[in-house]
Amino acid sequence: MSHDDRLRSRPRDERRGTFGLTALLALILAALPAAAQERAPAPELVWGGDAEGGAPYVEADADDPTRVVGFDVEIAELVARRSGRTARFVQVAYGSLDQSARRGDFDLALSGIEDIPARRAELAASIPYYEFQEQLTVRAADGSRFRTLADLRGRKVATLGGTMAYDLLLEAESAHGLTAVSYDDDVHPYSDLLLGRVDAVLLDNVLAERAMRRHAGLVTQPGSAAAGHYIIISAPGNTAFMAQVDDILRTAMADGTLEAIFRRWKVWNDDQPPLFARLLADAGAAAGAGTGGPAPATSAGEAAWRYLPSLLRAAGITLALSCAAMLLAIVLGAAVAIGRVYGGPLLAALLTAWVELVRGTPVLLQLFVIYYGLASVVRLPAYLAALLGLGLNYAAYESEVYRSALESVPRGQLDAAASLGFSRGQALRLVRAPQAFRLALAPMTNDFVAMLKDSSLVSVLTVVELTKQTQIYATNIGSWVVPGLLCAGLYLAMSLPLGHLARRLEARWRSPAS
Amino acid sequence: MSAARPAETVLAVTGLCLRRGTREILRGVDLTADAGEVVALMGLSGSGKTTILRVVAGLERADAGQVAAAKTGMVFQFHFLFEHLSALENVMLAPVHVQRCPRADAERRARQLLEQLGVGHRCGALPRELSGGEAQRVSIARALAVDPPLLLLDEPTASLDPARRHDLGDALARLAATGRTLVLTSHDDDFVREHATRVLVLSEGRVVEQGDPREVIARPQHPATRELLQVERARQRA
Repeated sequence: MSHDDRLRSRPRDERRGTFGLTALLALILAALPAAAQERAPAPELVWGGDAEGGAPYVEADADDPTRVVGFDVEIAELVARRSGRTARFVQVAYGSLDQSARRGDFDLALSGIEDIPARRAELAASIPYYEFQEQLTVRAADGSRFRTLADLRGRKVATLGGTMAYDLLLEAESAHGLTAVSYDDDVHPYSDLLLGRVDAVLLDNVLAERAMRRHAGLVTQPGSAAAGHYIIISAPGNTAFMAQVDDILRTAMADGTLEAIFRRWKVWNDDQPPLFARLLADAGAAAGAGTGGPAPATSAGEAAWRYLPSLLRAAGITLALSCAAMLLAIVLGAAVAIGRVYGGPLLAALLTAWVELVRGTPVLLQLFVIYYGLASVVRLPAYLAALLGLGLNYAAYESEVYRSALESVPRGQLDAAASLGFSRGQALRLVRAPQAFRLALAPMTNDFVAMLKDSSLVSVLTVVELTKQTQIYATNIGSWVVPGLLCAGLYLAMSLPLGHLARRLEARWRSPAS
Repeated sequence: MSAARPAETVLAVTGLCLRRGTREILRGVDLTADAGEVVALMGLSGSGKTTILRVVAGLERADAGQVAAAKTGMVFQFHFLFEHLSALENVMLAPVHVQRCPRADAERRARQLLEQLGVGHRCGALPRELSGGEAQRVSIARALAVDPPLLLLDEPTASLDPARRHDLGDALARLAATGRTLVLTSHDDDFVREHATRVLVLSEGRVVEQGDPREVIARPQHPATRELLQVERARQRA
């Protein structure tokens, strides 16, 4: 393996050259009986990435959707070739890449993964292979007023959750009085910017440039809020392999392979040569000493302490949202139930059709339709859309509970009320509804507990509630153990007292009145 | 008529007809009751006794015929006390919400009624905690709470043992003595003979015989009455 040889080789020649090398290696392996147990004709290099909306990193090939293309794909293939293996792609959601790496689901992952200290502390990480700039994108009309984060006091600024940009925005929340809005993907921040739901998007230049190509009416401000780097990650302890990956990356920096890949995907810029030069100069220094700085040596307890306030706040959002949505569901559900029991056949049929429609379709779909689908008609704020989505969905279930409870009240109770001169409305209010409520209490409690948990779905509408906050926390510290336990504890702290209260009420109704 | 009538007519039912699907339940029933009367309706099951009470109470609409009734209270065979309310609250509910009485007045009157009927000590009990006899007396108190001149009782003796039956008879006699009119249905010819002032025998939706209970039960004229009494005797012997 001559270093000079590689420096001279061009990317397109690579395949042939590596093939020869692989063949030679295979011959040697076959000749060695001791190594025969690991004999695999072409060892695979399994690599993970997220192809969902992943251009120019990783995306499904338009010509052959079974294949993926992108600069990260080419880098993965380069690493595979130069380590004598065949690359095989596995799809992993961006937000789950770290957890998946820790589980050892793949040999390595690349998908625009940012170099952050927590990641470097928890996983095996490569040297950086690309330098990006966090850039602020705004609507063209706001180009002159929103130039930096400091201009966005009182405004909403969107980004992808669990990224460096999100941490920057959280800092800017206190420094500049703006509101950070976290998305699960890197496409909707820009479409919501155009819709006016947010006033700016902070994401890296690769994503910003892609968004500028997709949407007219946006401008990206020239300055950089911060610089960051993309890295390759692998399971913790995989440091030997990572050292090999680092060597391959350095070689590709030196021989122009990496530059060629970036140029092909139109992401090459003036930031890269200094990065490459610095990394090549560092060669020989401690492996993995990237620009991310030393890993913070925080214990799990310290981390828990640091994140507890934000988890509590998120639990408050979960509780407030669930209570408000449940209130809506109860009021609307009761109205629908009364309409179905007391209304004429036409009204009853219409209400039944509505109930079946809402119950028969996923709440996630309903949330998307209310927030994104209706956006061209009415631009609902995220919290209102979440409240409406959950409330309307649960109203359908509540109405069924109340309808059957109303119908379970014995006929004789209504006869008795009528014989005493009560109107139908009075009989409902004073006799039927109170008795139905006692029957409905247990299923209602059940529904409320389900609502507490279903409210985690509204994170797709950028609402950061308890589950989403836990996910952010887990991504940042690189572990699910403490965040998961805290999150579960908080959910239980909300649902257990509710169950207790419901059981006490039921017990009181069952036993003699005082 | 210029002559003073001995008593005011509280209930006048004429030509009452009622059909359920293809079944004719009532086929032209006439019935009057004056203040202070205790009128018993007798008849085999399905003869239409309970349906007459339900029509008079306004719970069912007749297909033909007229009902002229004073304000009516109804005591159901199975009581139908409001399950979620205590005995006292059951009695107070209509005065407070239908008559708009002040709560304190309604409560005072309810306690008084329950006391008079011998269940004053059960004010706080929920319906499911009451015995059959207690529930019936609470149910009577509930019906009386709005002070109706006419009280309808559906099978009031059905769930009572002989001693309780006697107590009920006394209670009804006291109510009649205050000028209230009682119309009840019953299978129990002993009870009817002792406590009713008039009996009507129903068969297949028609009144087939009526008069003084002692007279009718001792010398039944109509075959349906004789059959009814035979069935009753057989049941009592069994």
